[in-house]
Amino acid sequence: MIVTVLYYLMTASTAALLVWNFLKRKNWQEEVLYIIVLIPFLLRLLRLK
Amino acid sequence: MALRKIAIAALGAALAFFAGLSFYRSRHLEEPVVPGPSVARVAKLSQYFQGIRGTMNDLNVYVLEGKEPGGAVLILGGTHPEEPAGRLAAWILAENAVLAKGRLFVILSASRSASTVTRIGGAYPPDFTIPTAWGGQKFRMGDRWSNPLDQWPDPEVYIHFPTRQQLAYMDIRNLNRAFPGRPNGTLTERTCYAICELIRKEKIDLEIDLHEAELQYPVISTIVAHQKGADLAALASMMLSSNEGFAIGVESSPQALRGLSHREIGDHTDAVSLLLEAPEPFLDATRGRTDRELLLTGKDEFIVRAGKRGLLFEKIDERGWPIDVRVGRHCSTILQILETWSEDKPGRAVVLSGVPKYADVIKNSTGAYLKDPKSAGAGKVFYE
Repeated sequence: MIVTVLYYLMTASTAALLVWNFLKRKNWQEEVLYIIVLIPFLLRLLRLK
Repeated sequence: MALRKIAIAALGAALAFFAGLSFYRSRHLEEPVVPGPSVARVAKLSQYFQGIRGTMNDLNVYVLEGKEPGGAVLILGGTHPEEPAGRLAAWILAENAVLAKGRLFVILSASRSASTVTRIGGAYPPDFTIPTAWGGQKFRMGDRWSNPLDQWPDPEVYIHFPTRQQLAYMDIRNLNRAFPGRPNGTLTERTCYAICELIRKEKIDLEIDLHEAELQYPVISTIVAHQKGADLAALASMMLSSNEGFAIGVESSPQALRGLSHREIGDHTDAVSLLLEAPEPFLDATRGRTDRELLLTGKDEFIVRAGKRGLLFEKIDERGWPIDVRVGRHCSTILQILETWSEDKPGRAVVLSGVPKYADVIKNSTGAYLKDPKSAGAGKVFYE
């Protein structure tokens, strides 16, 4: 249970980093890349997949 | 630039929304069950072990009772939900069987958590529909492993309890690698423990686990038997192969491969444990498009080609392996095993009727034996 909570925290922190990187990019291709990579992290945090 | 970022973020949000909606609907799709005339009660698995109460695997146990006392048999459907013939055969038993003697316990979604997810990266369909006279019944596609939403993360190596055998990491979520389970383990292990507790508390004599296998896997079209059930399986196999129009073999449950129901239930309870395998081309690695049609027809040109090159352990041709054939095989095999068991142990007999045989399912289709939930009375419908 503790390990599961830690993994959710890791997922949340990775998602936050992806959002931060998305905001900092100036190239639209990289922005799209960060958004696409973010989706599975969001789905896990929302407990959808 | 801010406008561009908003547009890209909105696109991502839309993608996440529609993907999430699909996953949510798939996970929460309700599958109706209309219990048959002999179902005396529908228990929860947590009645046998509190440790799974409130979890996704606190599943329904359909308890069928005969008018005369006899033995007790447990049918496990949905140990691997992506092998739907097992679930459907169990469904037919729960909705149609009429018990004359003994008790029959039927589980339709032994790994209910695994039935709420599909293989990640496998592009599986989220569900499939069995046609019926009343329109059709939709089922969750499911996977081989418990949903990571219910048990996560996986370890680097899965160490089986209690043997400490090292198994593939993802098999820590495989119900058929986690028997006999333990009360303080993962959800999958606790579910196995609960099933074993059911077997011990209800004094189950015989347990039959229903599966399907890819044609490139050597354990196919067979009854895998614990040594306690070797004679029973051999006699049933001979009777089926000579009387039913399909061949089925017998395999001994290997002592060196741990965690499987046919090995651990036989070792850790008083029950005789058997496992049935029917062919399912959908599972083959060399398949073509992984869609509902392949799941239900079992037709695939690439697997036929593999067969022509001698790469398969079961025959296949352009007719494929339709779901009715696979369900029918399970139905007839269960009936034959029960008949053989009851003749051998009349004091612990389980005698039933109302369940179609192989030829009946092929002739009438699986859907002919699924009950319309809309025509059932109030309080007579349960959901998996």
